Order: sequence, then C-alpha cells, then structure tokens
Amino acid sequence: MKFDRRAAMATLVADRSKDLLVVPGLGSTTWDLVAAGDNPKNFYLWGAMGGAAMIGLGLALAQPQKRVAVITGDGEMLMGLGALATIGVQQPKNLAVIVFDNGLYGETGGQPSHTQSTVDLLTVARGAGIADCIDVADEAGLKALAARLKSPDGLFFARVAIEAKEPPRVLPERDGVVIKKRFREALGLSA
Amino acid sequence: MSNVNWPDQLFGVLKRSDVRQVGYVPDAGHSRLIQRCTTDSEMQAVSLTTEEEGVALAAGAWLGGERAALLMQSSGVGNCINMLSLSRTCRFPMPMFITMRGEWEEFNPWQVPMGQAVEPVLKLCDAEIMRVKKPDEVAGVAERALQSAYGDERIVAVLLSQELIGKKVWTK
Repeated sequence: MKFDRRAAMATLVADRSKDLLVVPGLGSTTWDLVAAGDNPKNFYLWGAMGGAAMIGLGLALAQPQKRVAVITGDGEMLMGLGALATIGVQQPKNLAVIVFDNGLYGETGGQPSHTQSTVDLLTVARGAGIADCIDVADEAGLKALAARLKSPDGLFFARVAIEAKEPPRVLPERDGVVIKKRFREALGLSA
Repeated sequence: MSNVNWPDQLFGVLKRSDVRQVGYVPDAGHSRLIQRCTTDSEMQAVSLTTEEEGVALAAGAWLGGERAALLMQSSGVGNCINMLSLSRTCRFPMPMFITMRGEWEEFNPWQVPMGQAVEPVLKLCDAEIMRVKKPDEVAGVAERALQSAYGDERIVAVLLSQELIGKKVWTK
C-alpha cells in the first residue's frame, strides 16, 4: 500500500509522547512534519541533505532515555547511506529511522530516485546491521509504527511507501538558530 | 622534536572540557587519540564512514545537550564542506582536530591538493583556524579551540602540522 504523505506523518506523530524528538529530512518530510503540527521538539532541516540520520544518532546518544525519530525521504537517505552503516555499528537503543519512500526527488521536479530502480533501502539497512527493519504494508502497520514511537526502546528502520503526489508546501520557522534554541529549551537545556 | 605526548594531552583536554561524543575517520596521526577515546567509558567514540557524518553527529549531540568533537585528516576536510552549512546556519559548536598531510616532507603527491586547500576552504566556511607546529603547544591551543567552539557556538579547526605527526614511512 502507498500512503498519502501528510496522512502518514499525521498518524506517526498523533498524540505524540512528550519524550519524542523528531528530526525530519530536508524537503518534503520537513513540510509534512510541520503540517502535522508545530512542536519545539522537532528539528526542521532546510539544508544538510544526507545529514538527518546522523543528527538523529548524535541526539539519540545524548538523550538515551528519549525516543529519537528521524523521518526522512528516500533521496535524503540515499545521500547519506554511510550513516546506516555507522548506526549499525553504534546500535543506539532509542533511534528510529523512518524513510518516506516515493521513489522521487519531489522538490526538484519529480526525477526518479534510485529506489525506483534497483535500490531497496530495507535491504541496505539490514545489511548495515539494523536487525529490526519494517516495511509498513497497511494502515494497521502504520499505527503499530506510531505506537513504537511512544516508547524509547529499540533501534529500528522502517520504510513507508508514499504516493507520488506532492501536497502544497507548509513551511516551518526558517532561522536555524531559533529552531535550535527552542529545541534545547524544550529539553531543559540552556538555549 | 620534544618528548611531549601531545595525543594524550589532547585527550586530557577533551576530557576536562566534558566532550562526550568523538566522531572520527581512522587516521594514522590520530591513532593514539582515537585509541584513548574508544577505550574511555564516558565517551562515545563514533567511527564514521565519511567525515561529513561527524559534522551532523556533533549537531545532534549539541541539540541533546552533549559536547562533541571531530577528528580527521586534511583530506577529510573536503568531505565536510556542505555539511558545515548546518553548523554555520544554526551556530552549532564544531571543533575539528585535523592532522595535516600534503605539506611538510609529503611523499604522496595525491595528498597535496586537499592539504593545500584546507586553510582557504575552511576560511570560506567561516571557521576559526588555529595552527599548531610544536607538540608542547597542542594542549593550550586545543583548550582555546574548545572554549571558542562551545562558548561562541562556532566552527573551530585546529590544524596539527605534518611536522608534529612526523613523516609517513613508505618502505617496510
């Protein structure tokens, strides 16, 4: 089953735990996340393509009691595939990497990504040493994934197949310093 | 060359500065320091597949309230450039300790282009650059670099000169 990206994101962060920290990727997943409701515990990315999973790793190591969810697109993940290898070696207990896979570079005109032809990100993640890899098949699977984000326990990778259509952009705060400061403040850290 | 054990001193500075995450790409010049970091119970030493991962790692660490640093060789600087936009745009502290190749007594010409580009390229990325040539200067410079990185939330690169590391011996 292919999901509507906005509905899928809304399901994942509905009634979110106060301990859920979310790092979306550059582009559509950032717009999807803010469309589902702004939250200071979101670290929106307007750049740093290929960096979302590694930002998630640094955050997960620093906050081991909280669930960290990287929710990014297939193109962003493909730019940083080495991060899956690094995460596989580190085995952080509280990190989830979720890829919204539409097989497209939606922001740049819908060019096909590698996942549309030969590349299967689930196989890559499994090969990197992330044992718990989930291909989300249906609405029940998506709800089960959302339930897992309420607990900090377990490293996993999930792929959510996404319909090709691009919904209108919803833009979050653009000033990186502001996004950073409010995130740290929400964790009780000095801004 | 003096007998100062600069890698151990640099490790001591990282410890005193409460650095908890150290990203690195394996490098001969940093081998002693990497070994100290990987065996320390309070530090997470994170082996990276490419240096830019370490820039993103440090951003995530800071978001979560931890201090991170990045160890690499000069060739790795080129791999970091775009990701340093993240550090600069969001003002994430990004201390980098870079062992230099491609300058003093370099045998391998393939190291020269990136080695020579390190300083100008990092300057363009708005990094503060501190160069160290003598072993007994490493600890003091490292301390200043970390203060500047965490205190002013900026990119600070400490360039550890090739004289300090010694030349790579190519014959067995």
